[in-house]
Amino acid sequence: MNLTLKVWRQASANIKGGFVTYPVANISEEMSFLEMFDVLNERLITEGNEPIAFDHDCREGICGMCSMHINGRAHGPQSGTTTCQLHMRHFKDGETITVEPWRAKAFPVIKDLVVNRSAFDKIQAAGGFISVNTGNAKDANSLPIPKDDADASFFAAACIGCGACVAACKNSSAMLFVSAKVSQFALLPQGQVERVDRALNMVKEMDALGFGNCTNTGSCEAECPKEISIENIARLNREYLLATLKK
Amino acid sequence: MALSGLFLILFLLEHLYTNVTLFFGDGGVEFDETSHSMVRMIIIRIIEIVLFLAILIHVAQAVLLTRENNEARPIKYTLNDGGKTSSWNSRNMGFTGSVIFFFIVVHLYNFFLPYRITGTVGGVGQETISVNVVHALENPVYALLYLISVIFLAFHLRHALASAFHTLGLSNKKYMPILDKVSLGFSILIGVGFGSFPILFYGAKLLHKDLLNWAL
Repeated sequence: MNLTLKVWRQASANIKGGFVTYPVANISEEMSFLEMFDVLNERLITEGNEPIAFDHDCREGICGMCSMHINGRAHGPQSGTTTCQLHMRHFKDGETITVEPWRAKAFPVIKDLVVNRSAFDKIQAAGGFISVNTGNAKDANSLPIPKDDADASFFAAACIGCGACVAACKNSSAMLFVSAKVSQFALLPQGQVERVDRALNMVKEMDALGFGNCTNTGSCEAECPKEISIENIARLNREYLLATLKK
Repeated sequence: MALSGLFLILFLLEHLYTNVTLFFGDGGVEFDETSHSMVRMIIIRIIEIVLFLAILIHVAQAVLLTRENNEARPIKYTLNDGGKTSSWNSRNMGFTGSVIFFFIVVHLYNFFLPYRITGTVGGVGQETISVNVVHALENPVYALLYLISVIFLAFHLRHALASAFHTLGLSNKKYMPILDKVSLGFSILIGVGFGSFPILFYGAKLLHKDLLNWAL
């Protein structure tokens, strides 16, 4: 495949960025999108140019690092997929592909396609944890949990914190991320101790960090590589409302 | 947003019911009497104040939230394919809402102002409210504005109803598809219901028929 890439280049957070166009040739359809970037970067290095900075780690769809906005979609045109699991066969030979970093005030660009997502860590630190006793692990059956609740909690816990929800949302809202983290604990007995404070503090932190407001468009769910349901957002709203009444 | 919106939705139902009385074929008597009796009821006068407040709160919150949302993305995407992941209605609530708000102002100027403030309609020896409505809807510009606004209102409601329940936490995987269908059904009801007034009254004018006094 021969492609034309329009890639956002930005030397650092405070320097104005812009698009640079690169032709790439002889790309295999079997390559992942990141492997295609590896090929381009090898060439840039050989030519003595600065390679394109992009985030990546596991390359098996579970770390959530590969934050690229490809042809107007978070993680590209395929739903339920991270960039590393997006293969070049989903593009046409000769196509021009536009690649941008996540755009959100809360996710400032560090360099090129790399954004700072530590805002998510701050939200987590505000309440995304439970109190557990140290010592031996409890017997698995000593805490009865309905299967449906365990499943719903597990689906919420599948969130990898990639930020695609924020990137896809027209308001840059982090509600799907926060709702997944709150739901994961709210559904389990272990999460009850901090339940009220968790909902209040995580939402407060989210607002303070400059994320936008949820208008229930559903873009986040459509772009989430782990297909986390916006049902969790309704649960977060419920948790927050009840927590406000209690405190 | 959700609470004020749901209150306004309830009002729409009441407004639609009152408007439907125009089709009773009684010369607009039922419509005029309903309008007069509502003005006399103290509870309605109180709800009327709440209604105005709800509109203002809904608009003020929309403006504030839109400003915050714009600030949350100072640098926009060069290429953004939002249409693939969300509905047009859900992404354009501000636009459809602005059209509706403009229409509400015109609507109040046409009906609320002469009847309730300046007292030039509906009094003894004056034009009745129903005749005032018919005259307004026989104006092609007003009828068209009414129809366009109702279409935008239907688009607004298509997203609004389910979204309000979601915001209030009254939704889950089981209820989401039901709420979506209720939203669709409600937007069609309001769209067809209110849309019928400008179409039928302007159509009656073109056919030289008296719709207020129709009979089989």
